[in-house]
Amino acid sequence: MARNGTELVYRQRLPTRVTHWAWAVCLFFLLLSGLQIFMARPDLYIGQQSGFAFDNAVLSIGAFMDGATMKARTVLFGHSFDTTGWLGAVWEDGDLQPKTFPSWLTIPGYRDLATGRVVHFFFAWGLVFALALWLVASLANGHARELVLSRGDWRGLPRDVLDHLRLRLSHGRRYRSLQKLSYALILFLVLPLMILTGLTMSPGFNAFMPWTLDLFGGRQTARTLHFLLMLVLVGFTAVHLAMVLLAGPFNELRSMITGWYRADPESER
Amino acid sequence: MTRLLLSRRRFLTGAAVSASTVPLAGCFDSLGQRGGTARGVMESAQWLTYRVQRWMLGSDSLAQEYAESEIRQPQRPNGTTNPQDADYRRLVAEDFSGYRLSVSGMVAQPGTFSLDEIRAMPGRTQITRHDCVEGWSCIAKWTGVPLASVLDAVGVAPAARFVVFDCYDTMENGFTGPVKYYESIDMEDARHPQTILAYGCNDQPLSVANGAPLRVRVERQLGYKMAKYVRAITVTDTLAGFGEGGGGYWEDRGYEWFAGI
Repeated sequence: MARNGTELVYRQRLPTRVTHWAWAVCLFFLLLSGLQIFMARPDLYIGQQSGFAFDNAVLSIGAFMDGATMKARTVLFGHSFDTTGWLGAVWEDGDLQPKTFPSWLTIPGYRDLATGRVVHFFFAWGLVFALALWLVASLANGHARELVLSRGDWRGLPRDVLDHLRLRLSHGRRYRSLQKLSYALILFLVLPLMILTGLTMSPGFNAFMPWTLDLFGGRQTARTLHFLLMLVLVGFTAVHLAMVLLAGPFNELRSMITGWYRADPESER
Repeated sequence: MTRLLLSRRRFLTGAAVSASTVPLAGCFDSLGQRGGTARGVMESAQWLTYRVQRWMLGSDSLAQEYAESEIRQPQRPNGTTNPQDADYRRLVAEDFSGYRLSVSGMVAQPGTFSLDEIRAMPGRTQITRHDCVEGWSCIAKWTGVPLASVLDAVGVAPAARFVVFDCYDTMENGFTGPVKYYESIDMEDARHPQTILAYGCNDQPLSVANGAPLRVRVERQLGYKMAKYVRAITVTDTLAGFGEGGGGYWEDRGYEWFAGI
């Protein structure tokens, strides 16, 4: 049982594991179908509407012809970048095509807004159901409380951040400050905001709950926030995967599949 | 030695994870094949999306209306902007004086309406936000006659469920001739107070680019529902027999019939 004083503990309950993998699948498809939808209008604006006779764009991606050669420009907050080859004009079958993203970044790989929307809304329901299931189960079985930072956790936060930066990763029975904080932010803030900004883009939902337009500052701002939150989720996922690899992928994956986790001796923390 | 093995294991796991996330090009393209199994599973969620929207929009809840100050630009035209169809060109040449909106189907008295007759009916003006399925929005002032008034003038049969709009503009040439734009909405949306047949935009007569002489406004749905260049209205209890039966030109090409999101 004990190996260097470690022991297997049952750390992840069934609802946590099931919803974790449901989110993984849903977010993967939501990302790639969302980028497909974004391709139909690769611009982001601030406000209620899109400026055509005025400029309220914060991001614009597009191809243009420079003489006989195609180039791509990405304009972010008024700063222009040449993104030929990877944003706005991408290589497809050896030719430069006027397309926002390469085909491996979208579902389907070719331009198809209708399918992108069908896929996006299917997995959006999946995300909503998984989040609801997790919330109900975690409130019932006490898992939600494990994500709440105690006074001590807040005091230990700077230390925990430093430890992570030095890659001194612990394998405790419970989450430490940074883990609690990041999971709590994703589950209680980022994912609900993702759903709410998505709904705020719906003219039907706007008629049903007009206050969300005021909350986010207009439909186009909601769309921009939806995109920003996507970047947050992509960033979170990248760090999350890196941490799993650094902390020992076998142990981490086992805990998220079977629930059993090899923890360091309790005395360490 | 243990260290080395560990790091190799980590490397291999890392490599496997990275390899599985990089080029997936085309892996999910089957989702685009309408009628396919995978697509069918995805489309099953549309029923739920539709039911929830119909529940939310069951009442006469209004789309948000904006202040004059929010009109900051001309309405952006999209889709067809200048139909070349001969019958439409003739109407344009005579400034739509010969235009007659035909209303037929499951109605007590099928009828036709000239533009003057439509303008003489009590109108409604609303400043609303037009949301295109592509993702952009544009705020404009729309003036027109409530569709409900037109429907009441002809008397709708109780069993009627849909209102179908046939348009002048040809979208493409199919095997059996030109494919014209068409759209449809249910009776609840047809009788919604903000559902109008617009003949004015931003205090000007509706321009050709934006759908003259009449275009539909269905403010709680996306732009493709708001048919331009309306030629005829048919009241019906089934969408079969119109186009390919999907209830609209874009619906026949994979877009949702109820476009509230």
